[in-house]
Amino acid sequence: MGTFLLRRLMRSAVLIVVVTFLTYFLVSLTPGDAAYTLLGARATPEQLQALRHDMELDQPLVEQYWRWLSSALHGDFGRSLLTQQSTSEVLSQRLEPTVSLLAGTVLVSVALGCLFGVLAAVRGGWLGRLVDLVGQMGLAVPNFVLGLILIAVFAVNMRLFPVSGYIAFAEDPGLWIRSLVLPVCGLAFGVIGVMARQLKVSMEEVMQREFITAMRANGYPQRSIIYRHALRNAGLPVVANLGVIVVGMLSGSVLMESVFALPGLGSLLVQASAQADLPLVEGVVVVMTVIIVAVNIGVDLISAWLDPRVVRP
Amino acid sequence: MSAEILSSTPDPDSAAGQRPKFLSKERARRGPYRPATLLAGAWLILITVAAGAAPLLAGHDPLTQDLAQVQVGPGGEHLLGTDSLGRDLLARLLHGSRTTLLGVAVGVGVSVSIGVPLGLYAGYLRGRVDKVASAVAEILMSLPGLIILITVLAVYPYSMIAAMVTFGVLSSAALFRIVRNVTMAVAQDLYITAAKLAGLSRRQILLRHILPRIRPTVVAQTAIVAALALVTQLGLGFLGIDTRPPHATWGGVLQDASTVIAVSSWTVVPPVVVVTLTILAFGILGDTTTSQPYRLTRARTRTGRPQAPRTTRRAPADQLLCVEHLTVVLTRGGGGSILVDDVSFGIGRGEIVGLVGESGAGKSVTSRAILGLQPTQAKVDGFIDFDGLNLLDLTDKELHHLRGRRIALVGQEPMVSLDPTIRIGAQLAEAVRAHQKVGRKESHRLARQLLTDVRISDPSAVADRYPHEISGGMAQRVCIAVALAGNPELLIADEPTTALDVTVQAEILDLLRDLQRERNMAVLLVTHDWGVVADLCDRAIVLYAGQIVEQAATERLFDHSCHPYTAALRAADPHQQQPGRRLTTIGGSVPPPGSWPPGCRFADRCVSVTEECSNAAVPLHLVAEGHITRCIHVRADDKEAHRVP
Ligand code: SF4
Repeated sequence: MGTFLLRRLMRSAVLIVVVTFLTYFLVSLTPGDAAYTLLGARATPEQLQALRHDMELDQPLVEQYWRWLSSALHGDFGRSLLTQQSTSEVLSQRLEPTVSLLAGTVLVSVALGCLFGVLAAVRGGWLGRLVDLVGQMGLAVPNFVLGLILIAVFAVNMRLFPVSGYIAFAEDPGLWIRSLVLPVCGLAFGVIGVMARQLKVSMEEVMQREFITAMRANGYPQRSIIYRHALRNAGLPVVANLGVIVVGMLSGSVLMESVFALPGLGSLLVQASAQADLPLVEGVVVVMTVIIVAVNIGVDLISAWLDPRVVRP
Repeated sequence: MSAEILSSTPDPDSAAGQRPKFLSKERARRGPYRPATLLAGAWLILITVAAGAAPLLAGHDPLTQDLAQVQVGPGGEHLLGTDSLGRDLLARLLHGSRTTLLGVAVGVGVSVSIGVPLGLYAGYLRGRVDKVASAVAEILMSLPGLIILITVLAVYPYSMIAAMVTFGVLSSAALFRIVRNVTMAVAQDLYITAAKLAGLSRRQILLRHILPRIRPTVVAQTAIVAALALVTQLGLGFLGIDTRPPHATWGGVLQDASTVIAVSSWTVVPPVVVVTLTILAFGILGDTTTSQPYRLTRARTRTGRPQAPRTTRRAPADQLLCVEHLTVVLTRGGGGSILVDDVSFGIGRGEIVGLVGESGAGKSVTSRAILGLQPTQAKVDGFIDFDGLNLLDLTDKELHHLRGRRIALVGQEPMVSLDPTIRIGAQLAEAVRAHQKVGRKESHRLARQLLTDVRISDPSAVADRYPHEISGGMAQRVCIAVALAGNPELLIADEPTTALDVTVQAEILDLLRDLQRERNMAVLLVTHDWGVVADLCDRAIVLYAGQIVEQAATERLFDHSCHPYTAALRAADPHQQQPGRRLTTIGGSVPPPGSWPPGCRFADRCVSVTEECSNAAVPLHLVAEGHITRCIHVRADDKEAHRVP
């Protein structure tokens, strides 16, 4: 278990360094640098030079990155170029809506995806076809388009949920849930289809395996064969893929936040990107990468719990 | 978004390495020419042409605003109506498709030109290239695509091309992985090895032999990357960061429609329809699923015989199992061929009967049909009388009650016959609880007792292990323990030693014999090994091409075997080979089900064949008491009976 966790943590560290360095490198390619953005087009070359020196922009890239990384490790991501607010402060304000949206979506889609997947595999028939269809449809309707449709139907027409906006949990838990229902549905729909279909295919494959035949032949209870043995084994590839699914969900959440005007990290990213506020952009990328890493570690732990071969090879 | 879609594609390996016959049938149903594929292709061509001819078709300028006609409905002057600034919706969609499709093309182009060659190379050569590329791909695949693209657009504002090139690089990782896996599978094929031996250059092998084989997979995956590129492009357009504002893209049209969705919902309809159809079209081209439905709760196939109570001939009292006229036929969907043809035999209480033959003779199908575990698409006919019950008449539930308790199975490959995710002790305890009303704790104690019964010296340690942590021989002991948990009267052992090391084989056979004696179990032993037959069996049945060709007591079979096939099999037995002499084998192989000749099915390979042999089906006939055979050249107590020299 120890070496397994260590390996996974190493992988996470590598991922964080790669992503942050790539972003840093990318940002350094900007035609006008941060000093330029700050001072504007009318600045004299001397002024620019002085500010660059102050901001240590004239140092080698790797050195700059190193300095940035070490202060980032202390929670200091610099300041917004436009508002001069501390980046970490802005980020922490924006974290809640995004995490609520993601957590809600993961919960809903894992629960429903498993349910439909298993039912489709066991019952087959029209339910199986439906799962296949939704698996396809979920892909064909981009989630932000679905979000628009949900707004038109459930918010504008039926007035069941707010059209947009976010209420913090601390403010009013009931309204918090109401403000999340539509975005979570929009984001989860496709994922449910994909997961259900994956689980169905995986179940069908596992049910053909020799150990299932052996169990049936030796009188293990049918229920246990399907829900304990087959499901557990069929779940392995699905769980392993969960990390990738959450990565996709993160991309989707950016669009969902934009559709539903949720003040989360995604909308911060879009806004900062449009204003070329690079410290903010970097900060968001870091936080998102950390979310991915956390999810991956969670997925690894679940995999290890489900499949002993992961930890005890 | 990206990964979700790619990951939903089923195992790419299934696209390659299938039997040609199967492939050709698949092609008819799902291949490139099924109607959905044609429609999808037609739609994509249509929008591409429309994009090219946009200025001719549009009729309006996509940028001209007409604030007097904002959000007009469809029809009249503006065919699809206007948007929030009174611009013609059709014109904006048509012109928008140019940018959007260009973006998709760029993304797909970059993705394919990186992913495919690298995948081919890594999958074929393996080694360090593969390791490094796979590691990079893994990192790329765990990057949040859209977020990186937004960052890129922060650096290069409104540069759709830069964004889509980045998309191409990111998505090439998934493409790489799939191409690599398929290539790896194909490269192991015999004829690739042959090509290598024939001295073809690496380039020739890759381009001429491997690439054509994996082409369907590559095409399908490319279509999926295209769908992704489109979705991504739409997302960027929706966020309004892919192109400078008045310029139209599909995503931008959607975004504009969304701002006024509360007032007029029509504006959102045309772009949503166009977008959905296009993604669906890519999706259809990328759909290579060959999911074979497997119903878990399958109705037992009934025979076409009248439902009136069958007058089963009561088997003699000492007979435990009596199989009569057992026939297993694949349904038309499964190919329609006969797997087991009119097989009849019996097993007495406490008797060990061998079922012998080469692979493909129908041994496993016969033995599993007794347990009601025939292939999904098979129909079983005949009688299987087990202690007065006709097994073919039982419902699934009644049959389930019998399994493990009265008839149990030990399979061929112990390492895959146990649930890999659960500790051995727990699996065994579950089997115990399935048959006896005992508590959890007691069941674990009984499980350890069973492990002791199968001569495992340290039952507690083994009970704590997982199946992958024990050896094959140990796993087979555990499988035997599982089968014994219900104290069965009949044990079906399907090639119980084939997958094991020679040294372990003897131990397992000894164990089986001891257990059989201790418990007075009847055993149906499926094997192709005459040593096993000689060692254990009281009687043996020789199967060839779905039929019984000879049946006799073991001793008689060894001294007076009549059928040329039995003789040939015994001569080919590796235990009988004399050192220094050339290995005797039977030429040719068992004809596969569906291609059995009308006359003697062994005629092609028989050394004693004459012309009459192929004239008509050969019946079984009695040679001596308890000895039957199926050969026209053997007569009752024939002095000329074939013997192994
Ligand atoms: S019937 Fe003819 S071909 Fe068949 S086994 Fe006998 S001798 Fe050989």
